[in-house]
Amino acid sequence: MVQDSAQGAHKVQSEVQAGAVRALVLTGFGINCEEEFAAAYRLAGAEATIVHFNQVLHGQVSIHDFDVLNFPGGFSFGDDLGSGVVLANKLRYRQTSAAGRTLLDDIKQFIADGKFVLGICNGFQVLVKLGLLPNLGGDVTPEVTLTHNASGRYEDRWVTLRVNPASRTPFLTGIDKLEVPVRHGEGRLVVPDDATRAAIEAAGLNCLSYIDANGDGTSEYPLNPNGADLNCAGLTDPTGQVFGLMPHPEAFLAAYNHPDWARRRRQNPGASEEGEGLQIFKNIVAHIAEKHTTKAATVQLANQN
Amino acid sequence: MSDTTIQSTHTIQLTLKPGQHDGDGQRVAEAAARHLGLRTGRVRSAALYTVRYPLSETQLRDFATRCLADPVLHDVRLNELTGAEGYATYILVARRPGVTDDEGTSAQNALADLLNEPLDVHTQHIFSKKLYLLENDLPETNLRRIAEELLGNKLINWLEVGRVADGIRDYTPRPGGGAEAITEVVSLTGLSDAELLQLSKDNIYALNLEEMRAVRDYFAAADTQAERKAAGLPADPTDCELEIIAQTWSEHCKHKEFAAVINYKDTETGEEKQIDSLFKTYIKNATSEVDRQLRANGNDWLIKVFSDNAGAVRINPDSLFVWKVETHNSPSAIDPYGGAITGILGNNRDPLATGIGGARLLFNTNVLCFGNPEFDGQLLTGQLHPRRILEGVRKGIEDGGNKSGVPTVNGAIVFDDRYAGKPLVYCGTGAVMPMQFAGLDSWEKKIDAGDRIIMAGGRVGKDGIHGATFSSIELDETAPATAVQIGSPITQKLAMDFLLLAARRGLLKCSTDNGAGGLSSSVGELAGISGGAVVELERVPLKYPGLRPWEIFVSESQERFTLVVEPGKMAELLALGQEMEVELTDIGFFTADGFLDVRFDGAPVARLNMEFLHEGVPRKTLEAEWTKPATAEPQIPAATDYTETLAQLLGSLNICSRESVIRQYDHEVKGRTIVKPLMGATGQAPQDAAVVRFNFESWEGVAVSNGILPRYGDLDAYDMSAGSFDEAVRQIIAVGGKLPNLTPGDNIFWSVNDNFCVPDSVYDPASNPDGKQKLAKLVRMCEALRDATAAYCIPLTSGKDSMKNDFKADGVKISVPPTVLYSMTAKMEDVRRAITSDFKQADDVVYLLGETHDELGGSEFYALHGQLGANVPKVDFAKAKALYTLIGQANDQNLIQSCHDLSDGGLAVALAETTFGYGYGAEIELPATGLPLATQLFSESHSRFVATVAPEDVVAFEQLLGERATRLGRVTADSKLTVRHAGQTVIAADSASLRTAWTNGPVNNLLGVVSNYNLSHSNSL
Repeated sequence: MVQDSAQGAHKVQSEVQAGAVRALVLTGFGINCEEEFAAAYRLAGAEATIVHFNQVLHGQVSIHDFDVLNFPGGFSFGDDLGSGVVLANKLRYRQTSAAGRTLLDDIKQFIADGKFVLGICNGFQVLVKLGLLPNLGGDVTPEVTLTHNASGRYEDRWVTLRVNPASRTPFLTGIDKLEVPVRHGEGRLVVPDDATRAAIEAAGLNCLSYIDANGDGTSEYPLNPNGADLNCAGLTDPTGQVFGLMPHPEAFLAAYNHPDWARRRRQNPGASEEGEGLQIFKNIVAHIAEKHTTKAATVQLANQN
Repeated sequence: MSDTTIQSTHTIQLTLKPGQHDGDGQRVAEAAARHLGLRTGRVRSAALYTVRYPLSETQLRDFATRCLADPVLHDVRLNELTGAEGYATYILVARRPGVTDDEGTSAQNALADLLNEPLDVHTQHIFSKKLYLLENDLPETNLRRIAEELLGNKLINWLEVGRVADGIRDYTPRPGGGAEAITEVVSLTGLSDAELLQLSKDNIYALNLEEMRAVRDYFAAADTQAERKAAGLPADPTDCELEIIAQTWSEHCKHKEFAAVINYKDTETGEEKQIDSLFKTYIKNATSEVDRQLRANGNDWLIKVFSDNAGAVRINPDSLFVWKVETHNSPSAIDPYGGAITGILGNNRDPLATGIGGARLLFNTNVLCFGNPEFDGQLLTGQLHPRRILEGVRKGIEDGGNKSGVPTVNGAIVFDDRYAGKPLVYCGTGAVMPMQFAGLDSWEKKIDAGDRIIMAGGRVGKDGIHGATFSSIELDETAPATAVQIGSPITQKLAMDFLLLAARRGLLKCSTDNGAGGLSSSVGELAGISGGAVVELERVPLKYPGLRPWEIFVSESQERFTLVVEPGKMAELLALGQEMEVELTDIGFFTADGFLDVRFDGAPVARLNMEFLHEGVPRKTLEAEWTKPATAEPQIPAATDYTETLAQLLGSLNICSRESVIRQYDHEVKGRTIVKPLMGATGQAPQDAAVVRFNFESWEGVAVSNGILPRYGDLDAYDMSAGSFDEAVRQIIAVGGKLPNLTPGDNIFWSVNDNFCVPDSVYDPASNPDGKQKLAKLVRMCEALRDATAAYCIPLTSGKDSMKNDFKADGVKISVPPTVLYSMTAKMEDVRRAITSDFKQADDVVYLLGETHDELGGSEFYALHGQLGANVPKVDFAKAKALYTLIGQANDQNLIQSCHDLSDGGLAVALAETTFGYGYGAEIELPATGLPLATQLFSESHSRFVATVAPEDVVAFEQLLGERATRLGRVTADSKLTVRHAGQTVIAADSASLRTAWTNGPVNNLLGVVSNYNLSHSNSL
């Protein structure tokens, strides 16, 4: 049930050149940003495969055949019990084998193998509700939550983000500021207590902040569109391998997505046609490709010896 | 209770932990105070789940704490329904039996995962509810008002209210009794005319006397009798047969008035003529002529018009663009949220199920017409307040679009008091389909005898019974509860994902949507292709028992498709459905014997001759008489400073910013929206048409616009229709689109949908004395449509008409003004060359393109003075086409930096809006001679633009445009808009203050403004 081809996932993968970065993009059950998510990886030079969630759940596709696992935005299961809740619940409880193994077990293994997980918007909500973010305690238990915006409404508007210099995730390498659209009704990060807040800050897990015109983190609406704690738009886990954010970098793949593109291109006709959001995908693809190269070199070396 | 005790009914209550913000409760308190003047004190909200499934106490606790509650936010209470200290009264909002409960379904899904048990999620085991505790001890009547006017709709919700001290009454729907395999026979023999009409009215058949007689005669005919006897049916019709005929012959499905013979008389000229079908004469034939011209010029992109669920045109050799716009007015009048969401989802199903089916949805648009939301008079019985309709419809569009992952890329909201009875809710959807699926032409619908009939998606309940017939009559206070439909975007999303894959794997022969008329309509229409069908109704999965066969057949329960599948492909199709969790049911097969044959458990329920069913409806003959309304131009004293007038116009209901609405729609999911409704560095510069690219591999895209100008119809419906058509065309020209067919084989497709919404236009001396004039207006609207399509060579590809937009109660009738919406799409060869409306750079030269005339009739300027006037703007199609062609050439040479079309409020408003994107200003000098100042500023003459040109391109631009461009001034860096005339400054204002006037208009104020300039407003429900 691979969405973007009539063939099976194994077939698609067999066409993948050795060393290519392989991104698995989940879809189904109300996820709806899978196409632009996959396009982002392709534009960044990776192989992207869109797979229905049930194919993974039922074992027809293994996440371990991929380098980066992606949870796109949308309204998984309608978000009726709170954003991302039902999907997180499925990952945690639905057994995929008689041995009682769950997909969460697989994801833990995937991360332990040094691989990467990215969640955007609803995907970020899934990772938070599951406890993969921020995962301070390392036991994948929910520590913070994402809930209704302070404004009480869903909104689509563009915001400016700053990358926390203390963040070490390869997704954000070399990025200082980023303009992106937010499109959500439940993006307000709530951290339950000061200790958790301090721990997140100390580890630099609050990797993205909503900022004002001066470049300072802000709680002022609508610059901070949801009233998030720590003015926080995105989190990583302590390894930096798991990254989630409310805004949509995959909706800014071309310069022409920006609301002010026409004036900006008049000012600067030679500017890149790429959107700023693409850099996140280029970063992780480059990082994984480099790892592959290093690994391949090591293997080659080992073979020679 | 020990853990081994298994209880089968449980209640789980989630409340917010102390210190967590209760936004829901706060909004109820604010809305009660603001909208109803009721002081509730603090309001505390809680979510309730009633679980009718055997669970141990441990299982229940695990389910509640691990699956439903958020550990950061919620406290959990099990099996108790108690209040809280300090709260005197309560409101409990539950759903009535059979009403879609997505939240309950999701909870079931979670429970199944937790238990690792298969749990039929199509049967309701968990029922979600809301409980509100109110601090103040309000009397029951006031609690009921809050419940019914703010929290629920009596037609779909069960509402309990009372004092907490008396105990909180719970309600959980119990589905009705056993199966009702009952088919009744209705005798028509010997009924008088009066009795026939009464039968039609009592059963909401919405058939007139002549139609009822035709039905009676069909059943009385000797050959019918013989056939029925042979097939084991009673001589008289069954209830199901009459329902099928009523649905098939409904105005909604058959468009009888657009197909009628019309005797038209113009009392001014004395001209009389007979029109043989408005649809054939003005729409179909006009498009045929356009297609002939297109093909003669090597433009053969018109693929499918008027014959399927949506129109299809070719984008390029690989793909088709599919376009459909419909209305959902009657449902939105009685249940604004449900009406709008099912409107969107229903309209989405049209392109999804065009041809074979499986198009990918690209975008939605919405055009809405409401009464004044600030209305403070007495409402009629059954009439909802316009504000409530606005808020409900807006929310329905938000959920319908956002949860389907389809961007709402543009739209319009028109206010007029005459929409206070029935609002107009236009839903449009564009989609892209490959030219071929598994080697077959995707747009074809082919069916052979023996092909299976598969129902896919949601189950059938009593919801939406009689939607097709009900929308074909005027609305009154007795609107049937079952006509309300409840949408489930998530159910449809699953079905949509499934359809996409099934089509690409070649598993579908074709498909159609189950909308108005349900299976009766979808199977009835498809059976026309093969020549008959057998349907076995006992196979249809139901939401709950108790439906009679006829109800199953005509129910409009949502999110369903009817698929046509070759028997050999059934196994693979069913496996795919199971994998993707979409319920598929084989409910029969197609035949070629000429009959629609419906059975229940083998017993005949209906058997109708297909030819009679589809061709047997008697043709109507209608009378139209046009009398030009007596109008006069008002005397409005000239002023020397129009700054204040401009600010008033910017803040007026029909011009002010719609940002609070726009931002609650996702307009950029899919990442392909290039021109959005609001653009610029501020995100507050309004745009003319949306531009969306088709994919990430090319820069080809489509421009989308809407033309709608109902108030001009009070002066002349012809000019109103012509102007609306031109408005939609010029919006696309403004963003850089080009007219079609200018060069051989240029392959620039245009695809237009027309949607007529008119009041009852059938003359009746008692109940509709001005019916002839209303019908004459419709004729004139159609004449303008024909002239416009011919002039621009732009084809209609699909459309809809809604003929009974009246609301009648308490002896009063509120009728909509005759309204037409033209929804246009045109190919953009390279979206990177789209032009936006806002100024781009200081010192760019500002031009007015096109001609201004003394045409203030029906203008917003006159409306500000409480006047209508007489001089309605007229379209000169030849001049307009010449101008649009030149603008296209200017864009080929990259000469235009910004372009904004002139509409409501004329030049002055357009100039102000072009400064909103970045805060540039402009110095403008209007011609000293010619038209009076107010006319130059505020006339709404058509086919005009404000455009800017870089200083270095001025010579080339002026050479190209010649006299069609009037140089007005230049863009300035200082954010001041200054307009001078004859040596005087007539407008001087800061762009930011004009933007504030526009942003703080009534729409944003009412819905809670969302802008940097006004952060103090609260939200409403």
